[in-house]
Amino acid sequence: MVGNLLLRGMMVGVLAGLLAFGFAKVFGEPWVEYAIAFEESASHASGAHGEAEEPEIVSRSTQAGAGLFTGLVVYGAAAGGLFALAFAFANGRLGSMSPRSTAALLAALGFVTVVLIPQLKYPANPPAVGSADTIGARTELFFAMLAFSIALMAASVMAARRLAERFGDWNGATAAGLLYLAVVAVMFAALPNIEEIPASFSPAALWNFRMASIGVQAVLWAAVGLGFGAATEYAARSARPPARAAHAAASR
Amino acid sequence: MTNAAFATPTSTHVEPIPVAAILPWAVFAGLMLLLTVYFVGAEEGATSLIGGSFVHEFVHDGRHLLGFPCH
Repeated sequence: MVGNLLLRGMMVGVLAGLLAFGFAKVFGEPWVEYAIAFEESASHASGAHGEAEEPEIVSRSTQAGAGLFTGLVVYGAAAGGLFALAFAFANGRLGSMSPRSTAALLAALGFVTVVLIPQLKYPANPPAVGSADTIGARTELFFAMLAFSIALMAASVMAARRLAERFGDWNGATAAGLLYLAVVAVMFAALPNIEEIPASFSPAALWNFRMASIGVQAVLWAAVGLGFGAATEYAARSARPPARAAHAAASR
Repeated sequence: MTNAAFATPTSTHVEPIPVAAILPWAVFAGLMLLLTVYFVGAEEGATSLIGGSFVHEFVHDGRHLLGFPCH
């Protein structure tokens, strides 16, 4: 049962990764190219010590083609698999929702938790933005934020279930949502800011890159949630053909 | 009893999978999948398990566009 869900999640995730690749190629790559050109001209201007001499291990065309493809499809498969595990826990435990609604809600919550909240505090950076000296600290902060965001969302969903039992579905979910936002606000205020954008880097290019980054993730999560929900409904329907026949007979 | 006539033919009641049946999958598959995310998102950035920089360079663009800190 769980194995089937996991396999379904990973297959839907691969498809979602393909769609995300198409989006990234069209809307993201131009800004990565801009940033790399900026990085190269900046290191030439500073006298070309060290960085410009770095041998190219993987060519730019491979990075923007096969590398991007592999990265997004593998990430998509992993995200789809983790989504399926979360779905196995959530399905039938979030009020009286159909599996398809559960999948859609779960993907929306997953996007907020894994992408939107961490990225509002620590947005995606193109090449050339961010100092090599702080990569250790930035990586720690990013993953700490991610882990905390996931833990907070899990706790909020459990709180929402408890509150819904006592005050009704909408009141309970709204109260838990407000608690969630309050903790996020405190977390945003408490964690340090990172500002390492080179002065001459185009603000429009940075904005477009970050929007493309959120777009790639939005495409991926929407495809996982809607695709998984559709596949689950289809599987359930084809597993119970007599129910469909009875339904068809009743509606005649 | 008359209410039964208004019951929707496809009930939304879903029987949850017992937690005990999910847990082994969640632990082992979850660990493998997180390791996969690590290789796409962070290997050979701030931390490195296998050394070199091929993985980092190969998935470079995807890592930037997925929002991971890359370099």
